[in-house]
Amino acid sequence: MSEKILDIKDLSIRYVTEEETVLAVNGISFSLDKGESIGLVGETGAGKTTTALGIMGLVPDPPGEITSGTIEFEGENLLEYPEKKMREIRGGKISMIFQDPMTSLNPVMPVGDQIREVVLLHNNVSKAEARSRAEEMLEQVGIPKERYDDYPHQFSGGMKQRVIIAIALACSPELLIADEPTTALDVTIQAQVLQLMKALRTQYQTSMILITHDLGVVAKICNKVAVVYAGQIIESGTLKDIYTNKQHPYTIGLFNSLPDIEHETSELKVIKGLVPDPSNLPKGCKFNPRCPYCTPECCENEVEMTALSDTHSVRCIHVGEFDREA
Amino acid sequence: MAEILRVEELTKYFNTKSGLLHAVDGVTFSVEEGKTLGIVGESGCGKSTLGRVILHLHERTSGKILFNGEDISEVNAQKLHALRKDMQIIFQDPYASLNPRMTVGNIIAEPLKNYKLTKSKEESEKKVREMMDIVGLADRTYNLYPHELDGGRRQRIGIARALILDPKLVVCDEPVSALDVSIQAQVLNLLMELQKDRGLTYLFITHNLSVVKHISDDITVMYLGQMVEKAESNEIFRHQYHPYTKALISAIPVPKYNAPDNQIILKGEITSPINVGKSCRFAARCPYAKENCFNTEPVLEEVTKDHFVKCHYVKEINGF
Repeated sequence: MSEKILDIKDLSIRYVTEEETVLAVNGISFSLDKGESIGLVGETGAGKTTTALGIMGLVPDPPGEITSGTIEFEGENLLEYPEKKMREIRGGKISMIFQDPMTSLNPVMPVGDQIREVVLLHNNVSKAEARSRAEEMLEQVGIPKERYDDYPHQFSGGMKQRVIIAIALACSPELLIADEPTTALDVTIQAQVLQLMKALRTQYQTSMILITHDLGVVAKICNKVAVVYAGQIIESGTLKDIYTNKQHPYTIGLFNSLPDIEHETSELKVIKGLVPDPSNLPKGCKFNPRCPYCTPECCENEVEMTALSDTHSVRCIHVGEFDREA
Repeated sequence: MAEILRVEELTKYFNTKSGLLHAVDGVTFSVEEGKTLGIVGESGCGKSTLGRVILHLHERTSGKILFNGEDISEVNAQKLHALRKDMQIIFQDPYASLNPRMTVGNIIAEPLKNYKLTKSKEESEKKVREMMDIVGLADRTYNLYPHELDGGRRQRIGIARALILDPKLVVCDEPVSALDVSIQAQVLNLLMELQKDRGLTYLFITHNLSVVKHISDDITVMYLGQMVEKAESNEIFRHQYHPYTKALISAIPVPKYNAPDNQIILKGEITSPINVGKSCRFAARCPYAKENCFNTEPVLEEVTKDHFVKCHYVKEINGF
């Protein structure tokens, strides 16, 4: 069962401009087994999307540069691949769903052809075969194949996102990276899309990286979670570890700041302050300016990950010392 | 409690090339002073149009708007100017709703200038700085431009601008949708605090159900321009009687481990609001729809005390 498909070690990515150096990703490590699905959770600017672009080999260079780390996919380091080989991988073995379904489709090309294009590119098939594969994919995501020749503007937001899912899955990828796949959608449509993604994952054993800020969406379709803050993973574990035994003050704060739909609360508990500026990160623990349990030690040295169990790790020197319910 | 706003059978149709678009269709409700009415629905249900029609940012097609007991359905420019002092709006997008070429201080001072409420520059500046303090904007941001601030702070500028005239009613159109969760919580707390201190009345328009539950006293659910269910906030989360509300609430992904998976997945998507016929507008997606639903429009009726539902078969579905 546990066949490792992706293994990222100590990945760091920065953007260098004339004015400043933005440290977007600072030593991220995680791995993923076949059929597993990990949720990368964090707020705007945490470095989630840059991590995904790193895996896809799409970090714009310049200004972006990968300063350290390895990304092993099926045992080979993607960072050593030449561009030509990466092109074969992208859309084939690894594909990505971008956040905005409105802008990631070509407006002057029928949607069916956009799916067929990927099939033709990665498989040695005839145009007719590729078309029937594209039609099959449309049906699979719940769009009648009669709409093959329609253009993106003739579809609603939810349907466009399904077309994008169809494109991403057309070559049966080993790894699917979904960057906020449902953020632009309404709740009832989001429910449809999540159900679809979950079904496809079980059917094809596709591994998945889900990038989101929505802890509810993660609970629905992931089995592992990594909480990202200022370009670092500050807590990681199984869904159960994170949702029932969260340890990092940021993770706790994040859950507390959600309005609870099941209970009545008067005031939301907030995390004070703002996400730090990635061009000017604080010394020591990156969360220290906002942390209610911060001590002088937290502001001195870099904090390492501490393993609490085989699956659960946290980046905090005071773990277990404070009252988590407070 | 005094009723501050009442709308009766309010409609707004837009003429489009393909026909009449029923954006808001026969909406009736009232809000008491100091309370919050949450208006929930998905994109295209007419919730923003409703807020805008009340503020006369769009002119209504028919129906009545009463503010403080006075009929304001039709007002001239002069009256509207006076009215707007009491009715303000906070917009969804803190990036697009602020003039990028004005400083924070000038943006917030603009309404004061507009209404000639201050005698001198110094007085206006003092008022602006006080307001900035109230909404939690640091004094040093006074001379900054919007692009130098993050989304949460920008939304605070929008709030300060709306509140500097001391309005009675504030329409909040998705004020936290563009913000990160930790910032969203800060802004929600601020809005609730301001309401308590100043006795504000909010019309809170959003698609986010957990946010609306948190802030509202009463909730109205809209579907294709019409109200389909209305009740007190906690009541509606305990008992949903309309099939659409049931699906909407069950579709919220709960951030809990092993949350029970009892989602109702609706088929299809929101249908077109153009040239709607005499039918229940939800019928095409409703799991309980019968022939009758496609031929006659149901009425909004009170099923339990203060709980209104617009559905022919509400009794059968819910086993009353």
